[in-house]
Amino acid sequence: MATEMTMKPMIRTLCAFALLSVAQLAHAILPIEHWRTSTGAKVYFVENRGLPILDVSVDVPAGSAFDTPAQSGLAAMTNGLMRLGAAGMNEDDIARALADVGAQMSNRFDSDRGGLILRTLSDPKRRNQALEVMAGVLSAPAFTESIVEREKSRYVSALKEADLTPDSRVNREFYRLAFGKHPYSLRSSGEADTVGKLQSDDLKAFYRKHYAPAQAVVAIMGDVTRKEAEAIAEQLTRALPKSDGQRLVIPEAPSLPAAVTRMVEHPASQSHIMIGAPGIRRDDPDYFTLFVGNYILGGGGFVSRITEEVRQKRGLAYSAYSYFSPLLARGPFVIGMQTRRDQAGQALAVVRSTLREFIDKGPTPEEVVAAKQNIVGGFPMRIDSNRKIHDYLAMIGFYGLPVDYLETFVANIERVTAGDIKAAFARRVDPDRLVTVVVGAGHDQTAAAPAAASR
Amino acid sequence: MTALPKILFVLMLTCAGLPVASAANAPADDVAVKDLANGLRVIVKPDRRAPVVASMVWYRIGSVDEQGGITGVAHVLEHMMFKGTKAVPAGEFSRLIAAAGGRENAFTSRDYTGYFQTLHKSALPLSFRLEADRMVNLVLSPEEFAKEIKVVMEERRWRTDDRPQSVMYERLMATALTAHPYRNPVIGWMNDLENLTIEDTRRFYEQWYSPNNAIVVVVGDVVPAEVFALAEQHFGLIPSKTLPLRKPQDEPPQLGLKRLTVKVPAEQAQVLMAYRTPRLTKPKEEWEPYALDMLESVLSGNAAARLPQRLVKTDRLAAAAGASYEGVGRGPGFFYLSGTPAQGKTAAEMEQGLRREVQRVIEEGVTQQELERVKAQAIAGQVYQRDSMFFQARQMGWLEAVGLSYRDENLFIEKLQQVTPEQVREVARKYLVDDGLTVAYLDPQPLSTAPARTAPPAGIRHGN
Repeated sequence: MATEMTMKPMIRTLCAFALLSVAQLAHAILPIEHWRTSTGAKVYFVENRGLPILDVSVDVPAGSAFDTPAQSGLAAMTNGLMRLGAAGMNEDDIARALADVGAQMSNRFDSDRGGLILRTLSDPKRRNQALEVMAGVLSAPAFTESIVEREKSRYVSALKEADLTPDSRVNREFYRLAFGKHPYSLRSSGEADTVGKLQSDDLKAFYRKHYAPAQAVVAIMGDVTRKEAEAIAEQLTRALPKSDGQRLVIPEAPSLPAAVTRMVEHPASQSHIMIGAPGIRRDDPDYFTLFVGNYILGGGGFVSRITEEVRQKRGLAYSAYSYFSPLLARGPFVIGMQTRRDQAGQALAVVRSTLREFIDKGPTPEEVVAAKQNIVGGFPMRIDSNRKIHDYLAMIGFYGLPVDYLETFVANIERVTAGDIKAAFARRVDPDRLVTVVVGAGHDQTAAAPAAASR
Repeated sequence: MTALPKILFVLMLTCAGLPVASAANAPADDVAVKDLANGLRVIVKPDRRAPVVASMVWYRIGSVDEQGGITGVAHVLEHMMFKGTKAVPAGEFSRLIAAAGGRENAFTSRDYTGYFQTLHKSALPLSFRLEADRMVNLVLSPEEFAKEIKVVMEERRWRTDDRPQSVMYERLMATALTAHPYRNPVIGWMNDLENLTIEDTRRFYEQWYSPNNAIVVVVGDVVPAEVFALAEQHFGLIPSKTLPLRKPQDEPPQLGLKRLTVKVPAEQAQVLMAYRTPRLTKPKEEWEPYALDMLESVLSGNAAARLPQRLVKTDRLAAAAGASYEGVGRGPGFFYLSGTPAQGKTAAEMEQGLRREVQRVIEEGVTQQELERVKAQAIAGQVYQRDSMFFQARQMGWLEAVGLSYRDENLFIEKLQQVTPEQVREVARKYLVDDGLTVAYLDPQPLSTAPARTAPPAGIRHGN
């Protein structure tokens, strides 16, 4: 239904070789334009007239890594409450003004980032109304006392509910043990007792410090001209609070001194298991190598080693996987699964030996070929919609990746060898120094003994 | 995957098919359809924004077609469809798709089972070859079945047994319905899974998997005539089957309010209310389903809609509250109201609050402005949907699989635009009544005193 189809009604044969065009593809359709606004915000823009849609986001370093243990949850609450009253509009005014033009505004929030994402129809009338709301929410959030009190109560009750679930427990315990005193140990949503103490002034202060234009990233994708995009970026960042010029950074996450295994009692029918340690930064030179390697280990769905060993061969779990979560500082490397509680020990042994064998021997050349075939052949699907490209723009901008990141993606994957993967995993994942958390054990137990003994 | 048993998700499907107003942009206009001689319907929608295709095969077969004692078999069969044919041994399907750069999975719902790949357009022949092969040549080995049934039981534990809201929804449906198979969970009851055999699964496959019970949907950078030729080449020679007679299994009228309590380890109480309603069967003639769809959005279609605005923000009675209309499908329709009481409030107070909002609609009606807002969101939503080939394919396949037409997408928005405030009030008055209502309370239990759901010793199985 794209309007492009009327422009190039060429006859295409279905048997054209898939990978030939991939390298040119990114270049051809993704000329990323990049500039700074008058207030210093970085802008990333791709013009695309295929659909009458505009996607816009503004992100700042305001994720939960900027929380303190005493005020864990402050960053999340600040991000969540901006849209509940701003620039003379109350929360219903904001919701209605967006709904009336069919616009969708959502929050972006993780360990590193806090931001807002807007999707709107691109015709000027609707677009302008939606952008005006977004600009107001970004630049003049009210954080009214009574709203803060109401939302605190809602957040606390949701946290208490989450605290009972095995998946929430395993996550919380894992991050605490893997990151210790580093802020990545803090749950992004905060804790019931810390959130309960937050005040409107805390949110205002956090907002003023973090939602400043100097480190803001604006990503714009879709049906506007460069000139219009420039005006939009100005509109959204012009009135952000002036920063004191201090650059917000997250300290580096230290490596684990030794293995730790923690068993947590829980009556659920399944044990929830997480194994891992601090992994890599988003700008790590090993990124692509580990990306390909992890596809083989546990990232490639049905064809990964962990899924093969745990699910396909033994029927031990519905889902079993591994991933790197690269962040501003070293984010976690994680292996996760859920299995019936009486077979948790068996599943754990299978996963540990799978990991150790992978680290000891590395992938086979055939596995590397297959992984690269999938990732390279699947590249067009990474950028086949406005939304996906928009997500890339925001990520490239926030993590300071090169503007030709997408154009060079395929070449960066192609370069990876089996030897590189083995070496990179040896550098980044030490099987003798991993955190293991099992929630759904018979009774609580913590062992500092190296988990790696079992293989 | 089974379809998510989350009520709020269900409605998303129900109202998602609302196209843009402009006739020139109507999404079904450039769709091409061909029925092969063996009954296979092929639907193709060109979208040339990227050299990619979403390729799907839908079977008009879901948990609604299961008999007692074998609940879950449709979904187990979906898992087994990845376990090999003579030509493509177990695991090979996924390896071939992966090697072509593709992504794949499958989903099972009450009404249908679907398989999909997203691929570079040059790999469409591979998709068709593999799908045609497993439509007719599935091996179903006992060894693979023995492992996969364990995986499905893990899926059930993960998806339902350890999730309070899923358990509540499952028990609500089993209470609300007496005869119709929608009362059974898509994933199946645990005891049925424990006793399911490979013969049950094979019988289901042999009865229901055939080209005349399937729909192929392709969205992407393709030429319809070429896709039809490719479909003919791969699927054309598969013989059609005489399908078993589908009995209606109509639900008898409800004879009064039903209530149930679900005691599970949890922190918060929850309330889930299900009203029996009509479903959409004749999209041109009917108006009530559209009015119910409107009512759902007026109640919870945006952050300033009635339930969040009044119950969460103004009254501070709820931590969350929502409405959801499930009106497209082969079985009975339902209109759901759900609420989580705010701290210090009870489930009974929550129920009263939800009922108060229903009463307000019945007594005071809704405003034209509220309806306009819903329409604006629906129109925009239809445009946004065009950003995803996968979603476009899913939308068309879904409508066909439940017995409607992909073309009805165009009709939906026209009919929605015609709904009046009085009609919304009328359906509320007619259907949101106690005699067709089932109310579930989730009664939270502390973890420590929860019945110990310890696992059985290896080799011995029992339900929980």
